[in-house]
Amino acid sequence: MKVPGKLTLAASILGGVHVAALAAGFLAPYGPTEQSRAWPYAPPTRLHFVDDVGRLHLRPFVYALADDGTVSGRYHEDRSQLFPIRFLVRSSAALGGSGERWRLFGVDEPARVFLLGTDGFGRDQLSRLLHGARISLFAGLLATGISLGLGWVLGTVAGFYGRWTDTVLMRAADVFLALPWLYLLFAVRAVLPLHLSADQAFLMLVLVIGLVDWARPARLVRGLVLSERERNYVRAARGFGASDWYLVRRHIAPQTFGLLLTQAALLVPQYILAEVTLSFLGLGVGEPVPSWGNMLAALQRYHVLSSYWWMWAPGLALVPVFLSYSALSEALHSRVGPASS
Amino acid sequence: MRAVLALAIALLAVPASAQKAAAPAEVLRTDHEVGRRGGRLVYALRSEPKTLNPVIAFDINSREVIGRIHSDLIHIDRQTQRTGPALAKSWSVSPDGLHYTLLLRSGLRFSNGQPLDADDVVFTFRCFLDERNASPQRDLLIIGGKPIGVRKVDALRVAFDLAQPYAAAERIFDSLAILPRRLLEKAQDEGRLGSVWGLTTPPAEVAGLGPFRLKSYVPGERIVLERNPYYWKVDSTGRALPYLDELVFLLVPSDDAQVVRFKAGETDVISRLSAPNFSVLSGEASRARHLEDLGAGLDYTFLFFNLNDLDASKLPEVARKQAWFKQTAFRQAVSAAIDRAGMVRLVYQGRATPLAGHVTPGNRLWLNTALPRPQRSLARARELLARAGFALDNGQLRDAGGAPVTFTIVTNAANAARVQMATIIQDDLRELGMQAQVVPLENRALLDRVLKTHDYDAALMAIASGDADPNSEMSVVVSSGPTHLWRPAASTPLGPWEKEIDDLMQRQLVTLDGTARKRLYDRVQELMVENLPMIPLVSPNVLVGAKSDLGNYRPAILDPQILWNVDELFWRTPPAARP
Repeated sequence: MKVPGKLTLAASILGGVHVAALAAGFLAPYGPTEQSRAWPYAPPTRLHFVDDVGRLHLRPFVYALADDGTVSGRYHEDRSQLFPIRFLVRSSAALGGSGERWRLFGVDEPARVFLLGTDGFGRDQLSRLLHGARISLFAGLLATGISLGLGWVLGTVAGFYGRWTDTVLMRAADVFLALPWLYLLFAVRAVLPLHLSADQAFLMLVLVIGLVDWARPARLVRGLVLSERERNYVRAARGFGASDWYLVRRHIAPQTFGLLLTQAALLVPQYILAEVTLSFLGLGVGEPVPSWGNMLAALQRYHVLSSYWWMWAPGLALVPVFLSYSALSEALHSRVGPASS
Repeated sequence: MRAVLALAIALLAVPASAQKAAAPAEVLRTDHEVGRRGGRLVYALRSEPKTLNPVIAFDINSREVIGRIHSDLIHIDRQTQRTGPALAKSWSVSPDGLHYTLLLRSGLRFSNGQPLDADDVVFTFRCFLDERNASPQRDLLIIGGKPIGVRKVDALRVAFDLAQPYAAAERIFDSLAILPRRLLEKAQDEGRLGSVWGLTTPPAEVAGLGPFRLKSYVPGERIVLERNPYYWKVDSTGRALPYLDELVFLLVPSDDAQVVRFKAGETDVISRLSAPNFSVLSGEASRARHLEDLGAGLDYTFLFFNLNDLDASKLPEVARKQAWFKQTAFRQAVSAAIDRAGMVRLVYQGRATPLAGHVTPGNRLWLNTALPRPQRSLARARELLARAGFALDNGQLRDAGGAPVTFTIVTNAANAARVQMATIIQDDLRELGMQAQVVPLENRALLDRVLKTHDYDAALMAIASGDADPNSEMSVVVSSGPTHLWRPAASTPLGPWEKEIDDLMQRQLVTLDGTARKRLYDRVQELMVENLPMIPLVSPNVLVGAKSDLGNYRPAILDPQILWNVDELFWRTPPAARP
């Protein structure tokens, strides 16, 4: 069958991306806030296998960068010395970090290996992309967890008990659907102190996105619960004296899990995008901690947009993530899809 | 190239349109390259001017337009930075420096055809000094606590009486627009002068002595000025200036949008370019455009700590941190840790100068060259902190009481360069174990915190000096000054050193001898560097661009950088032949 293949592919891509984000400290060649002030906007470092005299090297190597001597920040490779890529290197962590750490690869000073170039402060884009993924991807996951969890509980309660409970909860859902969340976030940000640490900002983002958006899953769950509640086997169980808790746990909840799973696959990318948008606007995690949104914010400036293509990396990284999530939700939909099918 | 303005005493040349007038005008003859008449110049403004009324205008965009519609009595040449005759043909000073007599050119007319005489000048000063009009220029006209006395001597002679001698007094006449009495006297008498000449006023009701006059205004889009047929300058062949038929101000809100419009040829000149955009534009070589780096300007960027006298019950956190901020050694340590060369390189791509004091290298006349060049030294910074009782504990700096040194730096979110500089400072201070966080704020919120609520730790801002003269820095340097940002409008000096600065500034104000003044101001700069109430960072270069076809284009570092000689600008190619 075709469907499981798609599911496996999407799931393994996503798994890989998330593991890479978690292992950022090991995979990234440099610290995410480490500035190499001599190399702002350095283009991606080229990996070489063949040297100037035509000899083939099995181990890839790089050349050190040299300044063109002009103010414009153009660079060329200094071909006088080869710097082989070393794998599994120990490097001292930047000041304020904790001792030494293992990294997957690196080169000897004074050469640098910037596989995705550097930003305006000379910070390695690849390292920032990996560390930024932690924030962007996990903000999406956590916010989805919150909004689905809340939506599921409230939707089930509303659908199961009906009457005034249903009315109250669903009107509340209407109110939340009508909330302009961007302005809500502005308001929340205005109330909080001037500076938020990266952790606090992350928490705020996740909570605001998650708490505001419970209404949509709640409505879907309520609809499903409403119809399940009237099914004969549920009525029969009730006739045999089953408690509300038992009915929900044993008969109704299992019917909603498929829905939750497909919803999750739909919501996660939406929330990732929400985080990216908010950080892009400067409402999310602030400098120097990277997130894909605040990395993309550099593109707001014309000269970055027009001159340094590698600054688009976080935007490009979003594409496979989004495609995988959408493939995942499609595959899930056709597999565990709506209970009616 | 120096623009020496030669004076033509009457009769030699008369503008064509003024020939109808009975008395020939005493025009000013200039000696720049003779140009060709016709065409229009399109200039981008960052935001819509608030008003066309010179008395109440304070924002840069309004002043940019108003400066083309009006003229002043004595004018500062933007290139030489020296004063020269404008509407006043000549002037004399009494030996005690208290009395100035200005002689007006005869036969001049406003752009609506009405003649200019001494009554207009007296009326103008009445308007600027009237408290009801709340003119931002009023303070400049109050010397030694008393408003300047203005008397009409005869139809072309006006006397000015000062309460005390005032250095460079003739500079205060610069940019002070002379107003048409006949047109505005009624409004002034009724106390509603502040509300005349808005953008929507019919063009016929606005008149001035500048090279252009108002033609039309499309809200949110453009302001069009046309040639003033009564303008009082001619070129060396005697032809009336300006050369251009029209001057168009387009409203283009963002930096980047201005670059795009200039690149597309929709605007003819561009000023206040950012260094990265300058690089992008110069990278795309084009013979049609000409970009220029004029070197260090007069703007200076600086970091300052909150030194206000705070009410500890209202802002306990900031008040607690002020125990560090108020120590000179702490500020010196921060200054020593900052990588100014890195800022010049990363933020300005080399197009800026690291600053030792608040006077920029662009201000050649007044810069104290004896000040040491700023050197980054983390060792010195650590030593200063250690001596002041701070100690490093596991990568975190703590004060004598054991509290970790953390603070926020607020800056203007809309200014990418300043946010970048703050980020660099953040990284530099981490090397000392200080945790600084950068908080970009919307400009109004930023000013509100700095000037009113004082709820901030440190701020990164810039000041754009309007003139090279020390008097233009009075409001910043003197402790009671309104733009003494780290402690605005303070009632007492911060310490003996600030008392000395206040005294020196007052003394230079009344010292007429240039060398003695320079000595006083040199000492002010020294005291500022020793005590660092503000920590100077860098001064960006002035970057401008124009189409190559523009003649007499001589940009200057003083405002208005390009349009200061708009009356001389012309197109080398006839308008019809231009693509």
